[in-house]
Amino acid sequence: MISYILPEFLVLRDENRCIQCEVCVRQCANDVHYLDTKDGKVKSDDAKCVNCQRCVTFCPTHALTIIQNPQEFKANANWTKKAITEVQRQAETGAVLLTGMGNPEAYTVYWDKLVLNASQVTNPSIDPLREPMELKTYLGRKPDMLEFDKDGKLLTKLTPQLVLNAPIMFSAMSFGSVSLNTCESLARAATELGIYYNTGEGGLHSSLYRYGKNTIAQVASGRFGVNPDYLNAAAALEIKIGQGAKPGIGGHLPGEKVKAEVAATRMIPEGSDAISPAPHHDIYSIEDLRQLIYALKEATDYTKPVSVKIAAVNNVAAIASGIARAGADIIAIDGFRGGTGAAPLRIRDNVGIPIEMAIAAVDTRLKEEGIRHQVSLVAAGSIRNSADIVKAIALGADAVYIATSALIAIGCHMCQKCNTGKCNWGIATQDPQLVKRLNPNIGARRLVNLITAWEHEIKEILGGMGINSIESLRGNREMLRGVGLTQKELDILGIKAAGE
Amino acid sequence: MKRVYALEEYCVGCRLCEINCVVAHSQSKDIIWAFKNEEARPLPGILVEEMKPVSFGLQCRHCDDAPCVKSCITGAMHKDERGAVVCDTEKCVGCWTCIMACPYGAIKRNESNTKVISKCDLCPDLAQPACVTNCPNEALIYVDRR
Amino acid sequence: MNYIIIGNSAAAVGGVEGIRQIDKEGSITIISEEPYCTYSRPLISYFLAGALNEDKMLYRDTDFYKTNGVNLLLGTKALSVDTENNWVTLAGGETIGYDKLLIATGGKPFMPPMIGSDKKGVYTFIKRDDAERLKAIAKPGSKAVVIGGGLIGLKAAEGLVKCGVDVTVIELANRILSTILDDQAAAIVQGVLEEHDIKVILNNTVSEALGSDKVTGVLLKDGTQIACDMVVTAIGVRPNTDIVCGTVINVNRGIVVDGHMRTNIDNIYAAGDVAEAYDIVYEDMRVTPIWPNAYMQGEVAGRNMAGDSAIFDAGFARNSISFFGLPMITAGIIKPIGAEYEVLSMTIPDKKIYKKAVIKDNKLVGFIRLTDIDRAGILTGLIKNKADVSAFKDKLLNDDFGFVYMPKKQRKEKLLGVKRI
Repeated sequence: MISYILPEFLVLRDENRCIQCEVCVRQCANDVHYLDTKDGKVKSDDAKCVNCQRCVTFCPTHALTIIQNPQEFKANANWTKKAITEVQRQAETGAVLLTGMGNPEAYTVYWDKLVLNASQVTNPSIDPLREPMELKTYLGRKPDMLEFDKDGKLLTKLTPQLVLNAPIMFSAMSFGSVSLNTCESLARAATELGIYYNTGEGGLHSSLYRYGKNTIAQVASGRFGVNPDYLNAAAALEIKIGQGAKPGIGGHLPGEKVKAEVAATRMIPEGSDAISPAPHHDIYSIEDLRQLIYALKEATDYTKPVSVKIAAVNNVAAIASGIARAGADIIAIDGFRGGTGAAPLRIRDNVGIPIEMAIAAVDTRLKEEGIRHQVSLVAAGSIRNSADIVKAIALGADAVYIATSALIAIGCHMCQKCNTGKCNWGIATQDPQLVKRLNPNIGARRLVNLITAWEHEIKEILGGMGINSIESLRGNREMLRGVGLTQKELDILGIKAAGE
Repeated sequence: MKRVYALEEYCVGCRLCEINCVVAHSQSKDIIWAFKNEEARPLPGILVEEMKPVSFGLQCRHCDDAPCVKSCITGAMHKDERGAVVCDTEKCVGCWTCIMACPYGAIKRNESNTKVISKCDLCPDLAQPACVTNCPNEALIYVDRR
Repeated sequence: MNYIIIGNSAAAVGGVEGIRQIDKEGSITIISEEPYCTYSRPLISYFLAGALNEDKMLYRDTDFYKTNGVNLLLGTKALSVDTENNWVTLAGGETIGYDKLLIATGGKPFMPPMIGSDKKGVYTFIKRDDAERLKAIAKPGSKAVVIGGGLIGLKAAEGLVKCGVDVTVIELANRILSTILDDQAAAIVQGVLEEHDIKVILNNTVSEALGSDKVTGVLLKDGTQIACDMVVTAIGVRPNTDIVCGTVINVNRGIVVDGHMRTNIDNIYAAGDVAEAYDIVYEDMRVTPIWPNAYMQGEVAGRNMAGDSAIFDAGFARNSISFFGLPMITAGIIKPIGAEYEVLSMTIPDKKIYKKAVIKDNKLVGFIRLTDIDRAGILTGLIKNKADVSAFKDKLLNDDFGFVYMPKKQRKEKLLGVKRI
């Protein structure tokens, strides 16, 4: 039976440049390139190419280009090539379509419809190279009020806070969905930058305990790797209710990716599928969540903030309000653009709401209820650059979680095939031959470079606004204007239209 | 004296070190020209040993007490001013005694023209050996480990 | 400090360079019987074969002696050593005193017990002069008989064939190159020699060189006669120990030395083909007349004469040689006798490839690599270091045998010099 699926990409090889060095042959995890011994020439099997661009990058003579297969169907704005191909694929396999990374569909990117203020004439700009610019951020429950004794000493007991040098953290990526070298790169960079990284639901590998002070340990529905040492090693804990890429369903790590180290860290047998159930089976109400939050606080002696991570869905504001009242110190909201190692394509591309809307709605609701100070809000779900960060904070976030951009920094080329475990860049794989490709020395350095660059840009933007502290930006909707948005969108975001 | 050391944890087996060694020692120093047009292209001085998933580059260790220098019957193999072990191929007669002596197997036979040996010369004309500079995953380091 | 070195070849040069690593000031005198600056004896084969000319046989540049402050006495024979008074007597009668003496007189050819060995036309093939003599008379059409199918004999045979001479080799053992090859490998090499028109007669030897004053043929042990114009005797070398005759210096087969290359006399050392030293593979005292061995022993002797206490721990037979483009590298014990040895071997006859590894107590003690000689030095290193090969011995004969087959810890120790991973 012949497959109807045509190659998605074509590999173009410039024969004038190709020196038959076979670097592409050695580097492709999908066996696209091969040496034809009959004529000594390197050739390519387009059908297997996923456009990860490993070969393109490594080719010493830049002889390779990967293009979209120009083969077209008859022009059809409704039955696009993508729609047709997906039907064909399911007809062949009978399987749920799986994919990796975040929603690529052409929904509105609200970040790109927001513009920022700058100072002119009054409230002059601040030059961040000459004057102090404070990006330091504290995440955790803030007190209702402060009481001092007659000598000015603080009487109010402060709840534990995470202290960040910048309002950016590395979001949850489980060991298992990504390689240990990836986790090591994130942990080292977080430590050097004075921020935090999140373990995801894979537990904490023993070699990473030394970065504990900059680690947020996640407790997900599968409770993988959760034991007292794990909880106490970290600086904060996070209960994962959901994630933006697949709201409503749990995590799935295929058995092929559950190698010895992954199995040991997750405390499951080697080779078994690691399936996290959709709900936590001991959380069926907000009271149950409160119980778990306080169980974790008890287990760690109330020394660590507890965060709850939810996907941005309808009624996210009400949900967040409930979570704040349940005792969470931090609420992380993951928008529908959030990435994943593996998710059903239909759910990733159709479920959830944009983080821009969600943060604005949650921030507004918590302020209306007078409980905004009881939690810190962390926005996640495709923060692509420093401008997105500034806008997210202006909409109400205390800080942002980044994941996709961090992976792109260390080599991800967005081929979206993470679920196959054949990540050519050594990120979303457990194959020892591929894992080597991410050198944590290089990975950590590139992450530090990225965040450092973004910190400078944020300072420049803040300076341009005449603001010298990130606190003055938080929830400051007045710093934003909307362009090309409907009145309803403007209302939900709580901002004016440009010109107003 | 700085030497090149391989970190097998990061070697991805791409062999760009071998390719860049050839280019650095070619006539044209142009990768496309060297591979497509040069007749007597030099042999790479570095060799990548591989048994997946382990791989690493290995070249002459430029030993302080180099057995190849002591074994060479013509005096072709000697130490230069830097302390690197180099071969005067004018004197080399291709007896392969150094190949017998080198405990790292770092010396190759070059029988493309006259019979002489070929090995790493620690890139005398470059600030850093070409293999180290061009390793895409920093799996080769150039340090003094004394 | 006054150093005297008797000899001017590998061990002597090693001695000079060894001394100068420690002592830049002391005076060094070399007493050289031959009238030439130091040259490489192995290269006389290349000279006979026409692969290089006279001036390319040098082992060091002509300014070597000046650069190293060596007083060179060429064409001077040392007759005797007076160990009481610390002086050397030269052929002319003069004496030279020494503080430290290195005897590096090398080997002399072992003459076969045949009648007529003093006839004209009977040659040896050890020194440069021997090669020049042979080259002068080796013309197309002439016939030669080479006595001895070992390293020297076959190199002479190859050289003569390249001069157009008709060559027959007579070997006493059941195979050629019996010290370095086993039966299988020797058969392959013999095949190549025969392809190049060398006739090989095994299990035989020459009992008489025939002719009146000039050789016209040979008579073999079994009665066969072979006509020829020249005879080259090449059945081996013996340590040239004449100089210590009558002294209290301990001589067995060669001048006996300890690990520091010192004889039983405190200030007298010996090195090279003349010395009998510890063989790390056979674990007994042997003469190992191999160029690398000679240099290294000389260097250790030199360093120790200058005050160091270096040890020579790499004494074992190892050879790299090729005939008509067929290369081979061998080392150590290659034809073991006894149940304590484990032997691995493989062959690809139509490629003339033969590989063998001999293991004892989990250590490599010998190997043969015929045709595929790439990276053979790794095996030499394993012998020298007495490395434990048990973890990878089944890989020793692999085409791509290398450090990648060793356990990680062992590999890292060797390549990175680290003791922990």
